[in-house]
Amino acid sequence: MSLRRVLALAFKEFLQVWRDPRSLSVALLMPLMQMVLLGYGVSLDIRRVPLCVEDQENSAASHALVQDFIASGWFAITAALQDEAALRTAMDRGQCIAAMVIPVDFSRVLDDTGQATVQTIFDATDTNTTNIAIGYAQGVIQLASADFAARWAGSHGTPLARVGVVDFEPRVWFNEGLDSGNFIIPGVVAVILALVGAQLTSLTISREWERGTMEQLISTPVQPLELMLGKLVPYFAIGLFDAAFCLAAAIFWFRVPFLGSVATLAVTTSLFTFVVLGIGYLISVRIRSQVGASQVALVLTMLPTTLLSGYTFPIDQMPAAIRALTFIVYPRYYVSILRAVFLKGSGVVELAFPMLALSLYAAFIIWVAARAFRKSLD
Amino acid sequence: MSGAGPAVLAEGLTKIFGRFTAVDHIDLAIAGGEVMGFIGPNGAGKSTTIRMLCGLLRPSAGRAFVAGFDVARKPEAVRAHIGYMSQKFSLYGDLTVRENLRFFGGLYSVKRAEMVERMRFAITMAGLEGREDALVDTLAGGWKQRLALGCAILHRPPVLFLDEPTSGVEPEARRRFWDLIHELAGGGVTILVSTHYMDEAEYCNRVALIDRGKLAAIGTPSELRGHALGGVLFELECAPLGAALSILRAAPGVIEANVFGDRLHVLLADATAAAHLPSLLAAASVHAEPPRPIAPSLEDAFVSLVTRAPHMPAAP
Repeated sequence: MSLRRVLALAFKEFLQVWRDPRSLSVALLMPLMQMVLLGYGVSLDIRRVPLCVEDQENSAASHALVQDFIASGWFAITAALQDEAALRTAMDRGQCIAAMVIPVDFSRVLDDTGQATVQTIFDATDTNTTNIAIGYAQGVIQLASADFAARWAGSHGTPLARVGVVDFEPRVWFNEGLDSGNFIIPGVVAVILALVGAQLTSLTISREWERGTMEQLISTPVQPLELMLGKLVPYFAIGLFDAAFCLAAAIFWFRVPFLGSVATLAVTTSLFTFVVLGIGYLISVRIRSQVGASQVALVLTMLPTTLLSGYTFPIDQMPAAIRALTFIVYPRYYVSILRAVFLKGSGVVELAFPMLALSLYAAFIIWVAARAFRKSLD
Repeated sequence: MSGAGPAVLAEGLTKIFGRFTAVDHIDLAIAGGEVMGFIGPNGAGKSTTIRMLCGLLRPSAGRAFVAGFDVARKPEAVRAHIGYMSQKFSLYGDLTVRENLRFFGGLYSVKRAEMVERMRFAITMAGLEGREDALVDTLAGGWKQRLALGCAILHRPPVLFLDEPTSGVEPEARRRFWDLIHELAGGGVTILVSTHYMDEAEYCNRVALIDRGKLAAIGTPSELRGHALGGVLFELECAPLGAALSILRAAPGVIEANVFGDRLHVLLADATAAAHLPSLLAAASVHAEPPRPIAPSLEDAFVSLVTRAPHMPAAP
């Protein structure tokens, strides 16, 4: 091992990235774009569900109910409708995915019996959204009912038996707002790092083959391990820079609560970056065309990171066979580390298992990659 | 370099790619400080031989020693003692002259204290003063080639392998490049240089002709010129060439006939045979000037050797 050679390679590689607009944009612009796209675009929350209301009564009570829906923030009233036919048209046109019909005798029945019915209709073509919207609607109505029960008890002198008998108040931990962004954005950092890291390194060896510079390079006494380390040093720096940028964006821009320590984040992020770069380098050694290497890198990083890491699809809910598969999917460890550090404030002790898994991965990849490179034209 | 043995030694060196024998039992010994030329048509096996000697390809059979090290067993020791210029330009076009030199200096572990002086030497040699900070992609072919040579000799290797270093370079730059080769050889560096320019073979101490993977002939330029032919060479202006060629090849006393540009070179067993050639051609309504005896060039020797291979014995 010659430090001289490693440094010569690292400096050369750095200059090449610095002067190549394509590499530079992958290194610096891609994280920014991904952070915006994934940070804003991927959210499992549904806000401002378009809602149409057919208010047949037009009373103070019906207006109050509609107001409750608006005030919740989950719904936005897109149209007031006159009849059933208009409702159908609105839904067909996609003007709303939820509708509410308040009957003409709503407040009278409510005052007489303490119980009234409103009809809610949902467009279930997107079942996921609909399920969530139904949940929101139930929540709004439940709150309105509780309000009403309190007022009814006040005016009638006796409590209303049917509503509010059980005071149901769920409490969630770690992500108190149940904001799915808090859950997803740390995962976005893992996705970006995997994508950018592997993309950059996957081209580093194939570029030398394609340009013909490899023949000159391997005619020198450079060792495969020196070549790998020298080539990875600049990308490691870029990877850590990108990670710092994304993590800062998560904390300061997307306001994801950060309860853990920066040191834990630095150590685990370095480990993950190392694994990702190693995989990209291995691909690069194996595949001599830049296009091919880039494609394979995309498949080997993007797919497992988005689908199997638990970043959006919970691992607990996967079939047993797929769940077993996720143990060899390296991003799952980093995604779970990030969430734990962000939302639970976990330290290295609590994270020993995923960190060990990542370390083993890193060691394995480096070992394989250093061996995969042959200084030969055969 | 170890001992007094040859700087480069190949014994039965062979390379087989699948069913194709690219290099077929080549024996070669190059003495220290010698400039050895590798001549032969494209695909003859010149590059493959050089790559084996550099440790870039593993020989299928035979052995080779460079600077005293076995290329198959000690490729790293070989690499530390050689400079190599591959056939295709292979420096970094997106780095400057200075950055390329510094990079290869680093890879060859040139001592930092010596680096400045070595870089200055390479830049002066390549005539790149004032262009140290130019991106290599912006340089003309001749400068690129000299820079490549500069990078290959930064670590003062005792042996240099130059694979068609002057291909695609204009004549003036080619001549300058050969001056550099002779300067280096004068300093004791052993140089194996391949080329497909016949005139360049004249600049070498010795020349090896490679044809279809085999060593067809080896010797000094004058040895090859004198001995390879085994007859008297005449030049003949005539038209049409094709018809003349087939008549001459069948004529008595003609060893061989070959096209050289717009005329024919005819090798005769003895000079008297030349007298009856015009009448022979005229009979077949080929117009011909009287044949003129000429001194054979290296090209004549090579064409003759290649045409008569493989039964042609190597010249002394």
